Amino acid sequence: MHDIDIDFDINLEEISKIEGAASLEIKVRNKKIEDLKFSISEWKRFYNQAIRGKSATAVPQLVARICGTCSNAHLLASIEAVEKGFGVQPSQQTMLLRKLLFYGLIIRDHALHLYVFSLPDLFGKNSILDLDENDPVQKQFLEDTFAVKEVGNQLSIIIGGHSVHAPMPTIGGFLKLPKLEDVKALKPKLLDIRPKILKLIDLFSKDPSDFTLQAPVTYCSLSSSDFSFLEGAIKTSDGVTIQEKDFGKHLDAVIIPYSHARGFKFDGKFVMVGALARLNNDKSNLHLKTSESVKQYLDIFPSHNLFHNNIAQAIEIIHAIDSSYDIIDSLNTIENEPPVKPQLKETIGVGLIEAPRGTLYYKLEINADGTIKRGDIVVPTGQNQIVMERGIYELVEKLLAVNTSKDMIIYEIEKFIRAFDPCMSCAAHFLKVKWK
Amino acid sequence: MDKKLRVGWFSFTCCEDSTIIFTELMNTHYKEWFKKIEFVHARILRKDDTAEIKDMDVAFVEGAISSDKQEVKLKKIREKAKKLVAIGACAVLGSPSNQRNFFNRDQMDEIKPILDLFKYKERAMKLSELVTVDENVPGCPMNEQVFLEIMEKYLNA
Repeated sequence: MHDIDIDFDINLEEISKIEGAASLEIKVRNKKIEDLKFSISEWKRFYNQAIRGKSATAVPQLVARICGTCSNAHLLASIEAVEKGFGVQPSQQTMLLRKLLFYGLIIRDHALHLYVFSLPDLFGKNSILDLDENDPVQKQFLEDTFAVKEVGNQLSIIIGGHSVHAPMPTIGGFLKLPKLEDVKALKPKLLDIRPKILKLIDLFSKDPSDFTLQAPVTYCSLSSSDFSFLEGAIKTSDGVTIQEKDFGKHLDAVIIPYSHARGFKFDGKFVMVGALARLNNDKSNLHLKTSESVKQYLDIFPSHNLFHNNIAQAIEIIHAIDSSYDIIDSLNTIENEPPVKPQLKETIGVGLIEAPRGTLYYKLEINADGTIKRGDIVVPTGQNQIVMERGIYELVEKLLAVNTSKDMIIYEIEKFIRAFDPCMSCAAHFLKVKWK
Repeated sequence: MDKKLRVGWFSFTCCEDSTIIFTELMNTHYKEWFKKIEFVHARILRKDDTAEIKDMDVAFVEGAISSDKQEVKLKKIREKAKKLVAIGACAVLGSPSNQRNFFNRDQMDEIKPILDLFKYKERAMKLSELVTVDENVPGCPMNEQVFLEIMEKYLNA
């Protein structure tokens, strides 16, 4: 044991290697936490208000701009909300192509988090830029980083027209359909990156990081027989099943006065969404080939170690590869289907999907002329924010008890926050609060 | 070895889509860029001392400016960068992050308590309203070709 300062302040103005801006202030006095504030410091762009009065059919392309990295999740969740509201049934081909687009996002987005944000921690490095090119293991992971991301990127570009703010998906279908030969050409590329991810899973499985929240947590996720992220019903770790349209009734918004975002509880309990929740609730629905390849790692789920979110994400990349491969393999033709036109009416539509970071909920109230009356959007990081802050508190308490130095505490906190893969760009825009 | 190009990458009020495009462009350019570029500031890639902005050859800046604090930081970046490049629609035009500038009375009434509490600027602003911008990469997200041409130019300058 060594002595540490018993009084100190931590002020992290911008937490690095996460999506968007978050800050953290901790005041430690006499080795006890006197104050701790984890806040989302993104400046709001007020999408909840901005969509009001706009044509519902134009809303998906606008709300895609809520988030850079998971824009295609916002696009598909809002399209679903508008389609459900107007009673538009997308074709089977449309659903298959949407799934492909989404698997591209899962590969690209999880790879960004695992390789670029979290992997350097495992090698004791600040950044992927610092990986040692003379070390064959590190050099290989560096090459894998960009090879894997590129395949996810290409899958999204070929199906959606662009990997960020995809222009082709629309209400009722696709504005322009991909060419069959371009889609088929992805098959060998998907197979190429598969062994790289198995290596990545193995690397994260050896990470000794272990943190379980003392307070009980409800894990919440959308469950479907093909683990498609886009369809199904909400399942919780408490054994409850909820239909998509009723999800909002279970969420309790919690005001965090110093944060630019609102937090949430689920039926009054701490809630966690994302890859860990999905694996905890739904691992039996993973692609059969995925289950076989990652069998030894699947045994850890259900897990309460929040760092296992990393392994869960890596397993989901394999699932996205295997599921994409099967869909592409089974496609014999891409029919020239024009998008189904909606019949405008006064209505309410709910769209709910599993974004890379967890459950993404859109409830859109639409006027008879097809314009938005009001919208409610709940993003994954908002749902995780309370558990994240609570986790930081418990973690710091634990580290103080064993005389950890201030620098080490900062390092451990940042690593912990990164394991959640929070997306602050998303979280900051849905404050629907009366401050008076 | 030649001196590396000192680059900063900064994000203000936006969805960081151009940051994502930047990391996707790395898929095919990282070997050259990692060799020729020193990333002085890039929160997406590394932890750095955010309290002090360091000297840079080029600062790439995405997002609109929403607060006085952001304005101060932008001006510091301008001071320390030989060239400043506005990245993406929000930095170049202000939109769509400045959509509150065009809100009606009802929408404004609703967001006013938040604007006051966190001390937002009266209007969200594009970069060129506050500092001299040397080059623009328009698009939402940024136009990849224009960005690559500008990057290439600075790498070979």
